[in-house]
Amino acid sequence: MTDEEAKKAILDSLGEKSGAKTKFYLKDFYKILPDMKPRDVKNIVNRMVGEGLLEYWSSGSTTLIGLKGAGKQHKEED
Amino acid sequence: MAKHKTPMLDDLEKGPWPSFVSDIKQQAEKGKQVLKDAPDDLLGVMELSYEDRVTHWKHGGIVGVFGYGGGVIGRYCDQPEKFPGVAHFHTMRVNQPASMFYKTDFLIGLCDLWEKYGSGLTNMHGSTGDIILLGTITDNLEPMFYDMTHELNQDLGGSGSNLRTPNCCVGRARCEWSCYDTQEACYQFTMEYQDELHRPAFPYKFKFKFDGCPNGCVASIARADMSVIGAWKDDIRIDQSAVQAYAGGELKPNGGAHSGKDWGKFDIMREVVDLCPTGCMWWDGKKLTIDNRECSRCMHCLNVMPRALRIGTETGASVLFGAKAPILEGAQMSTLTVPFMPMEPPYQELKDLIEKVWDWWMEEGKNRERLGELIQRDTWQKFLQIIEMEPDPRMVDEPRSNPYIFWREEEVEGGWTRDINEYRKKHQR
Ligand code: SF4
Ligand code: SF4
Repeated sequence: MTDEEAKKAILDSLGEKSGAKTKFYLKDFYKILPDMKPRDVKNIVNRMVGEGLLEYWSSGSTTLIGLKGAGKQHKEED
Repeated sequence: MAKHKTPMLDDLEKGPWPSFVSDIKQQAEKGKQVLKDAPDDLLGVMELSYEDRVTHWKHGGIVGVFGYGGGVIGRYCDQPEKFPGVAHFHTMRVNQPASMFYKTDFLIGLCDLWEKYGSGLTNMHGSTGDIILLGTITDNLEPMFYDMTHELNQDLGGSGSNLRTPNCCVGRARCEWSCYDTQEACYQFTMEYQDELHRPAFPYKFKFKFDGCPNGCVASIARADMSVIGAWKDDIRIDQSAVQAYAGGELKPNGGAHSGKDWGKFDIMREVVDLCPTGCMWWDGKKLTIDNRECSRCMHCLNVMPRALRIGTETGASVLFGAKAPILEGAQMSTLTVPFMPMEPPYQELKDLIEKVWDWWMEEGKNRERLGELIQRDTWQKFLQIIEMEPDPRMVDEPRSNPYIFWREEEVEGGWTRDINEYRKKHQR
């Protein structure tokens, strides 16, 4: 799978889920791309954050990742 | 004149200790911070929390600086109309210099910068070791980060599911017990793992801490997923004439630390030899003997008689894994994994080890599961397979609590299959 295909798989999968959950653990991304090594998935996810496709949400102790602009926080606190 | 009435907080100022309430009031009065109302409103919301007995902070958020997944912690107040100065009150974690050595001009620079962009309030230091800058708004994060990295050459630390800011004891900079250069190790690991520090990659947090000796001034054994604790392989160096000077009362024990009270005359038997946890010391009135094979490097005798006893010369570190505070399971100390490893730059052996551990934890660890909890769940034996180490009696905590190491099929001649007829020739049903 190329990087572009992997990115598309991530965006498609998060898009389908939108409505219910908007923030995910990094481990949830491994499940979207079960054939890739976790380290490679991590690198793709981080690159997608850099490109503005995804964004981090952090409680201070744990980090979650979601589609940029999705979820409650944007409406309430921006 | 204070903006809010805070009788309960005022009460906290009455004790004998320095008070954070007084410090915040001082910043409010000084008023040089750009977020004028932040210190006053912080006191106000805290007083309200004391009245209501619940927090008025909301947890977390989408805040950070570009390219980083950690280092900034979003904090919003749930009473923004009453306390507009702390409606947004994000924390920045700043990577502290190794061993927290500062020059005055650096500290002044940092404080000036924080008054320019934030509340002016700091917390030196957070429990992981970072410099904590308390309270700013989202719009000020990027300019603060830019100035801090460009003018002060200082980076953000770790937060979230990241490698947290590595931390080390004062080490060879001041301490004769340091078995390796903790500052160098801390710096090298910080630089090597920038990506893990700034971009979330893990199921949960991960901490490195570097103690130069088993005295453990950064308490790595209790707090770090990977604790690196200085150790020596050869013998404790003994200066017998100095031992006699301690025994005779000419030298003060513990560097004079207990001289404020009258503890009576120093008694080398009662205070050193009899307290050795492994019972490996003897004193015949003239000569101190140590059976170094039995010494567990507890540091007690060296701490009491530093002029007479010194660490050995073949030094390095022990590496332990798995400490954490209670979240999923109870609090846990880290477990001895590598009894001795030389500690010289570029620390390749330790880096290879940690990367094997991360690969396993990233794949097998559940969300919010620390390494120590994964080891507990999936067994120590599995962990040893992953890091390709043989079990060693020194890894067993104490007799009979975890002494079982099971054979794997490939380790047994003939595997699990057997010829039942051959077996029955010797063993009846
Ligand atoms: S941990 Fe040991 S080497 Fe480090 S500062 Fe403390 S006593 Fe010294
Ligand atoms: S370091 Fe501890 S175990 Fe070793 S000889 Fe001294 S007191 Fe005994």
